[in-house]
Amino acid sequence: MTRKDLTFRIGTGLFGALLILIVASIGYELVRQSMSSIQKFGLSFWRTEIWDPVAGQFGALPFIWGTLYSSIVALLISTPIALGIAVFIAELCPGWLRQPLVFLTELLAAIPSIVYGLWGIFVLVPAIRGLETSMPTVLRQLPIFSGPPLGVGMLSAAVILAVMVIPFTSSVSREVLKSVPPAQREAAYALGATRFEAIRAALFYARTGIVGAVMLGFGRALGETMAVTMVIGNNPRVSLSLFAPQYTMAAVIANEFTEAADELYLAALVEIGLVLFIITLAVNSLSRLLIWSMTRSSTAVAAVEPTPEPTAEAA
Amino acid sequence: MKTMNRTLVTLAGLALLVSAVAAQAIQINGAGATFPNPIYSKWFDEYGKAHGNVRINYQSVGSGAGIRQIQAQTVFFGATDGPMTNEQLQGAPGKILHFPTVLGAVVPVYNIPNVTAELKFNGPVLADIFLGKITKWNDPAIAKLNPDVKLPGDDITVVHRSDGSGTTYIWVDFLSKTSPEFLKKVGINTSVNWPTGVGGKGNEGVSGLVRQTPGSLGYVELIYALQNKISYGSVQNMGGEFVKATVAAVTAAANEAATKMPADFRVSITNAPGKGVYPISSFTWLLLYENPKDKAQSKAMVDFMKWALTDGQKYCADLGYAPLPENVVKLEMAALEKVKVS
Repeated sequence: MTRKDLTFRIGTGLFGALLILIVASIGYELVRQSMSSIQKFGLSFWRTEIWDPVAGQFGALPFIWGTLYSSIVALLISTPIALGIAVFIAELCPGWLRQPLVFLTELLAAIPSIVYGLWGIFVLVPAIRGLETSMPTVLRQLPIFSGPPLGVGMLSAAVILAVMVIPFTSSVSREVLKSVPPAQREAAYALGATRFEAIRAALFYARTGIVGAVMLGFGRALGETMAVTMVIGNNPRVSLSLFAPQYTMAAVIANEFTEAADELYLAALVEIGLVLFIITLAVNSLSRLLIWSMTRSSTAVAAVEPTPEPTAEAA
Repeated sequence: MKTMNRTLVTLAGLALLVSAVAAQAIQINGAGATFPNPIYSKWFDEYGKAHGNVRINYQSVGSGAGIRQIQAQTVFFGATDGPMTNEQLQGAPGKILHFPTVLGAVVPVYNIPNVTAELKFNGPVLADIFLGKITKWNDPAIAKLNPDVKLPGDDITVVHRSDGSGTTYIWVDFLSKTSPEFLKKVGINTSVNWPTGVGGKGNEGVSGLVRQTPGSLGYVELIYALQNKISYGSVQNMGGEFVKATVAAVTAAANEAATKMPADFRVSITNAPGKGVYPISSFTWLLLYENPKDKAQSKAMVDFMKWALTDGQKYCADLGYAPLPENVVKLEMAALEKVKVS
């Protein structure tokens, strides 16, 4: 190894170490700043539904619930749409349409979240309210659709998140599909497969990369703050209803941090940040595990490794 | 291209010159409440024009952050919409003084389809609505206050602030004073555990939700309602009058309070007694150490405060704030002498 090689290795190694240091110090700082809340509430912080700054009683359950519920519903909406876009652009789209479509999906990712929030308030929320009021009463009896028709609430938040997540999932899935070796498709055609069957084979080949793309979207949805807080109704109650106003972890931090003057209140807010940090880590690890088990169970090689997701996006 | 380069060089030179001059000036940094930010910015700007050597910077980061920063002495002055608690005052390394600067008010805004008449409210009814005990617009308690208005049987959607806010502080302070149950179940803070309703972010979030949701009731700052021409109801004061919030009615509330003003100015003027008084009014405060470390800054700040409390008050009306009554200004002028400038 030459001297240049060595310097290069040490240099890049330092950057790698820096990354680990940054993540570790974020974790350390979150624990340090939330110490008084951790000591006072312990593990009950995770399962308490009360958030009362006046009485100094804090629990994260409604926020954990709201964050996971909104992100999962958003994934259920966005994944089929994003996959459809990716398949169309990568496999079926006429050449002249491809670039404009790629540009438009990526443009969705470039829109600031506050703009999504405004669109949510003025367009999406009235539309959802219309849907709620026109829904037959039989359906409204179901716990998932119960509650007064406010417009703001879980469903509005999930839809807005879905729109924000689509460009991430679809762009990564598209790249994954493009990197499937042509031999795979050619082999399928050679066996007499139709176009649909050939695409299905390509999708199967690329499945680990696609799972990675979906998890990237999940991470994005978990940390989204501004657009969600503008349409979710900001009510810290656990509810199964898609129409009920709820709350998320990122939103409560953004909303209450500036005015939190007493120490315990502040510590509780930082602990919410810690909980979000832990949940994001857990989701990330789970997705790694899932991809690992998928690659192990077959000989197929992951086309694209999942990218670590950005969390707690700056509002 | 060449001329552009030359312009750039000239501009850079100018910038250097300006910063060199500014370096000799006295710089004062402050942080705190967002509610008085428009008038504070106006004041610092106008005062800076007349006194070139004083530059005051203000970050409107919220009352809570303002209190934390003055406690930590990272800023020279703080600003808050709710007075500091005894606990918070003890947490500071030195004695902190409160100075009321201007007045604000909070008004109930509503959206009821087919009702254009101005509604009348009182504290107990508003408290019961925000407690979730009154849920319909045609509830007898509301109908009793508004005998001439035909109210629909629609559900009331309560809209409150989701972010911590001085506006919420003033609102729940009034509700807690007029309803013992509200005080017990919800209490007073910049954010509280609301038993019902949806949260909107900021005044614009609340008014946006109210405008769009038929049957809703929320609260916003008077300035916001005035500037955006949102209709709002009148509220019954201690004397039984129904008063619609105006700048004059808010100043009247402070005028009444001045007679019983505590020495540290930490006083709530919600539900104040007196004629023509709007009951959901409040001071906003600027926070100073009694004995600041930097005496040059202290001297400049006291001079500025004297100007703001007298000449500066004339800017209130344009921006929708209520000016301080004269007797409060007189008390504050005396209190400013306590701040050590040498």
